[in-house]
Amino acid sequence: MANRRLAPASEQPESFAFSPENAAWAKTQIAKYPEGRQASAVISLLWKAQEQNGGWLPRAAIEAVAAELGMPNIRVLEVATFYTMFALEPVGRFWIQVCGTVPCDSCGARGLKEMLEARLGPSGHVSADGNFSWLEVECLGACCNAPMVQINQDYYEDLTPESLGTLMDDLAAGRPVKVGSQTGRQASEPQGGPDTLTDPTLFDGSRVGAWRKRFEDTAKPEDQDAKTDEARSSEQRAAADPKPARPDAGRQTERPSSDAPAQRAARGEEPVKPEDRTAANVPGTSPAAAAGEAAGAEAGTQSSLTRDTPPPQPEASGASEGEVAAEAEEARVAGALAALPKDATPEQKANAVGTRPAGLDAARAGKPDDLTRIKGIGPGNSQRLNGLGIYHFDQIAAWTRDEITWVGTYLAFPGRIDRENWVGQAQTLSATGT
Amino acid sequence: MLADQDRIFTNLYGLHSPGLEAAKQRGAWDGTKFLLEQGRDWIIEEMKASGLRGRGGAGFPTGLKWSFMPKKSDGRPHYLVVNADESEPGTCKDREIMRHDPHLLIEGCMLACFAMGAHACYIYIRGEYVAEKHALQRAVDEAYEARLVGQSNVHDFPFDIYVHHGAGAYICGEETALIESLEGKKGMPRLKPPFPANMGLYGCPTTVNNVESIAVAGTILRRGGAWFAGLGGKNNTGTKLFCVSGHVNKPCNVEAELGITFRELVDRHCGGMRGGWDNLLCSIPGGSSVPLVPADQIIDAKMDFDTLRGLGSGLGTAAVIVLDKSTDIVAAIARISYFYKHESCGQCTPCREGTGWMWRVMLRMAEGRAQKREIDMLFEVTKQIEGHTICALGDAAAWPIQGLIKHFRPEIEKRIDRYTANPHPDPIPMAAE
Repeated sequence: MANRRLAPASEQPESFAFSPENAAWAKTQIAKYPEGRQASAVISLLWKAQEQNGGWLPRAAIEAVAAELGMPNIRVLEVATFYTMFALEPVGRFWIQVCGTVPCDSCGARGLKEMLEARLGPSGHVSADGNFSWLEVECLGACCNAPMVQINQDYYEDLTPESLGTLMDDLAAGRPVKVGSQTGRQASEPQGGPDTLTDPTLFDGSRVGAWRKRFEDTAKPEDQDAKTDEARSSEQRAAADPKPARPDAGRQTERPSSDAPAQRAARGEEPVKPEDRTAANVPGTSPAAAAGEAAGAEAGTQSSLTRDTPPPQPEASGASEGEVAAEAEEARVAGALAALPKDATPEQKANAVGTRPAGLDAARAGKPDDLTRIKGIGPGNSQRLNGLGIYHFDQIAAWTRDEITWVGTYLAFPGRIDRENWVGQAQTLSATGT
Repeated sequence: MLADQDRIFTNLYGLHSPGLEAAKQRGAWDGTKFLLEQGRDWIIEEMKASGLRGRGGAGFPTGLKWSFMPKKSDGRPHYLVVNADESEPGTCKDREIMRHDPHLLIEGCMLACFAMGAHACYIYIRGEYVAEKHALQRAVDEAYEARLVGQSNVHDFPFDIYVHHGAGAYICGEETALIESLEGKKGMPRLKPPFPANMGLYGCPTTVNNVESIAVAGTILRRGGAWFAGLGGKNNTGTKLFCVSGHVNKPCNVEAELGITFRELVDRHCGGMRGGWDNLLCSIPGGSSVPLVPADQIIDAKMDFDTLRGLGSGLGTAAVIVLDKSTDIVAAIARISYFYKHESCGQCTPCREGTGWMWRVMLRMAEGRAQKREIDMLFEVTKQIEGHTICALGDAAAWPIQGLIKHFRPEIEKRIDRYTANPHPDPIPMAAE
């Protein structure tokens, strides 16, 4: 991590405002993103502010951008200090960034750094004439043309200390300079011209449309084999070995033991879980809020256990015992329900898979327990349970497996009673006598 | 050698115009409407059949990744995000695509979006690539003008494409960090699951693909998955841009078949090894994050996913850094350690603290100012970082050092011996600083 701070107060300008044309440009940037997502434009606006302010970003500009985008100042400040291309202190008229990462380093970047240090002094300081400042930066992505520097916005490649010196002299004197390779290369082709891509038919348009022939021929059987072959093998391999281009890090996610899209696809299931998709689709619930709720519910479950009961331990598969039971039950219930007609009532469905728990005609002593204290039971479910004659924690605490299945199906929440451990919660609540 | 007719990036070197007319002559935007008419499933099947593996460094099958997107929208829009935050040291291929063959990329974006039911695509381009951003924006404007893309276009598929400019953070090459950054936050990776295919940009289903993976799509669909699968070897199909840098006579980018041997790559395309083959010390074959492979193992190795994986390294982005015997290999790996220290986002403790710690130890080892037992300790620490962070940056910081210790331990020990054999004034510090 780079430690980056704003320039000292003595160097900060009083205020900053976008020039009219930059303000208009900012509007076009914000328009790229969906309604309400204008924060996405923060980097573009900071770039423009830096450009307008002579290559560095003062505090006033950061605050102006925050105001423009309706973001809190600290969020913009975070962005400005996180991304290393925002210069937080004044820079020279020509800001030289030397790439010092391995490909450049092994091709002579050290020579460039020594030369700059001798000529301009240590990095990060503006030279006396205000023309130059320099900094060693990480890979600039022109490795086939190493060593190279970026001066303001332009790349200068294939440098030697001498050619960089000449380049700086030319820039300081205002003479025109050649951007890109300084040894006559066009781009990243081998020195002296490429020996590939020399076929003139590639460029004269004579090959356009040649591919359509394959749609006119009927597909050859061996072609079909090759097709399914590569597709099938890639599917299987992706499940076991999702990142083949890298060494194995033993990472837990995306391993066969976990529940990644690739594994589900290889098993022939929907890669993205349907319940995830529906959960994400409920309007007004953000994923973060849902996650918080789930976490809260879980914490509640655990705190209602007595101290010396260990919390449910996840198994190797990552699923708790409750979840395993829930899954098994879901499968059985789904099987039984498939046999029923589509218009079966909840009761008919429930009767097909379990036994109805015995109910009371009315709450004992006219005082029902507050069933919503069980995590997972809301006012709606509480009412429906009352409708079944269930008013007290001890009734729920005494449910048998068949009864749990019956209620779960009746409420159309297969497996949920197990997952949320209603019975366990009810036992605790009835034992404490509250 | 790969025939010129089978190369996808025909203007790799910028010897021809990147403009729309010239791009059409080279075959871009040729029959795009016809391809779209074949339907979503056809496109995804064809991509799967091609065996194309993601070109951004992990090698996940692209067609399969596309199929993870929900088939029907649940009301949320779908997004394609193209990862053009090319910052893996050694890698400089996407830059050439964006400035010289941008129309292949834009066409690929359209096809991919169609296959995934997305109507908007963001290309996240790294901050340093200012000229490339302008080149790409120019091409996008041309495409809008020619009504190839846009809300009402000649392809009858409403589709918008936007260029988003970053500001210099290696970590934003990680897909979830990139999404965070695109949302206007610090680029800190998210925990998965949920995977972006379910909950990505703005909480909507999103697929993040590398520039090269997307840019090859048009050609693959035109010529057929079987054509692409016929190049290269089984499970390592197709052509790939190799970025050869370091101590070869003519460093360059070149498109070659996967499975080309290291020797052929260097001899045929890069003017040979500087000082002859005896001068090769080692190579880092997939960008700075993969472990190095010493000369005797790499020299005749096939450059593909499986072979390099078998050598304890990886193909990564196919950024081949070649190092000869003049290289101070310990200092070179120390420089890589500095890179990861600089680029760690600071979110996970093992990486934030570990990268700095490893770099400081590596600096001392480059001088020889260390104890031999510290070598084992360093290796142990890299194992503690690897796999214990949210994203793979921690792994990437650990692997180069592991590769060094595995293959060049005698070199480190020699330096320690040399240092201790000479009188020196400063005391030897302990590793934990």
